[in-house]
Amino acid sequence: MSLDLGVFCKNTLDGEVVDHCFSALFGLAQNSDPSYLDWLMKAWGWTLAVAALSLMIAFILGAVMGTLRTLPATSFLNRWLIRISTAWVELFRNIPILVQVFLWYHVIPSFVLPLKSLPSYWLVSIALGFFTSARIAEQVRAGIQSLPSGQTAAATALGLTTLQSYRYVILPMALRIVMPPLTSECMNLIKNSSVAFAVSVPELTLFAMQAQEETSKGVEIYLAVTLLYALSAFAVNRVMTLIEKRNRIPGFIVSNDASLAH
Amino acid sequence: MKYKKLSLNYLIATTLFLGATSVFAVSATMDKMKSTGAITMGVRESSIPMSYTIGDSRFDGYHVEVCRMILADVKDKLSMSTLRINYQPVTSQNRVPLVQNGTVDIECGTTTNNTARAKDVGFANTLYVEEVRIAVKANSGITSIAQLAGKKVATTTGTTSVQLLRKHEKANGVNFDEVFGKDHADSFLLLESGRADAFVMDGSILAGNIANSKNPKDYKIVGEVLATEPIAIMVPKNDPEFKAAVNAAIAKIVANGNMPKLWNKWFLAPIPPKNIVVGLELSPATKNAWANLNDKPAEDYNKK
Repeated sequence: MSLDLGVFCKNTLDGEVVDHCFSALFGLAQNSDPSYLDWLMKAWGWTLAVAALSLMIAFILGAVMGTLRTLPATSFLNRWLIRISTAWVELFRNIPILVQVFLWYHVIPSFVLPLKSLPSYWLVSIALGFFTSARIAEQVRAGIQSLPSGQTAAATALGLTTLQSYRYVILPMALRIVMPPLTSECMNLIKNSSVAFAVSVPELTLFAMQAQEETSKGVEIYLAVTLLYALSAFAVNRVMTLIEKRNRIPGFIVSNDASLAH
Repeated sequence: MKYKKLSLNYLIATTLFLGATSVFAVSATMDKMKSTGAITMGVRESSIPMSYTIGDSRFDGYHVEVCRMILADVKDKLSMSTLRINYQPVTSQNRVPLVQNGTVDIECGTTTNNTARAKDVGFANTLYVEEVRIAVKANSGITSIAQLAGKKVATTTGTTSVQLLRKHEKANGVNFDEVFGKDHADSFLLLESGRADAFVMDGSILAGNIANSKNPKDYKIVGEVLATEPIAIMVPKNDPEFKAAVNAAIAKIVANGNMPKLWNKWFLAPIPPKNIVVGLELSPATKNAWANLNDKPAEDYNKK
């Protein structure tokens, strides 16, 4: 079948072809109506914004919760911190993401009234961030527990407190180990952000559903949206790989590069 | 009495068309009906009261009942003794492709007849004209679209109402804050929970959601008609003979005076399975469509 990519140069009001495809976004024609391409780019922006915001929430909370789960159960406080972080992980990774998004948008604000004034992209970012934080926490925990116990023992022998040994010895090594699964978690987040359409964030999935109904050009619209999702996830992959390479310590983590191996 | 009159009509129709069977032989759909003794009707799962399931994979509704009457008529024309109707649930996304590829022979859901779709499928004469309206909370004091400036307006993703609001915004300089529901139930929840001040959608969907809500009295449909759209029965594109047979059957149903009765049955009386009353009065636009049967697309309705 032949593709009609001209659909992206039509305006969103009456389907007429516009003079400049990027009319509204680059201000090429000040008064002309936005085209489907403009809308597509705006939707992409929303997808990236929601993903970035959730990633920040997910990374910070994930690192904290994952670390807390590995604390030595030596004191009353530590035992409680372990319990809380375990509960956090089990709560947020056992509920489907779409249900969590609905909980944050419709249910929780009816009990916690201040949340009602929060824009929907914040609520969906919190939902996505918490969901992903549970998964990142497990990866961080796995990274920490994969370290030889001698590392902790050596840190203690040096006279470091628990906090200091995590800060200077354990976490720097563990976070380097978990970079590959962390990369795929970040890529998943880009794709999972599509649930934001369910609570009226005008992102790519919402664009796809709406624009294909208006234009009857579903194939072209979905191809473009697929391409943008793939492109975004791949860009995240490249950035994470770069960070992974930059922070690699020669001789510590086994890599494909033979010259760096033991 | 009514039964006798109907069967007499069928008798006349049968005699008239018995000799014309050869004309219908070129229709792919009717050939299929004759050879297999069955037809596939496309229906919707939850478009109350137009086309919906009443449980146990059974379907009913205004359009579904009309379609059954049409098929009974076509069956008689083909002088078949029985015709099995297979019901195939369809969605907004797959209804056009399914009619196009022949999976569905006649779609009796809630499909707008517009020029874009008319390139792919055929439409029978319109029997229901949908009006896009505004639903608000009864105590909100909102009575027209002009009062919605700066307010939050809910509408459902993947519907033509979204584009309609956008056009309205541009034409009248009224700025809404649009919020999108994933489906109609979601959009209604936005209105119910106060996240939206109004829900703009097809009148029948608004009436159906209000009737289904916890306190139907808390909501009302207000304001001007924002747009009118012909909702029509969809048939295969390259089968003018089948379309002609469907339209002939429609003309007969209208002539017999059955349409007001059907309207009362589905829109104003309690309907299964929950015995709710949709409560949507017959609009002048729909009445006009019955009086002047036509298959004009939506574009012709909204020309000013």
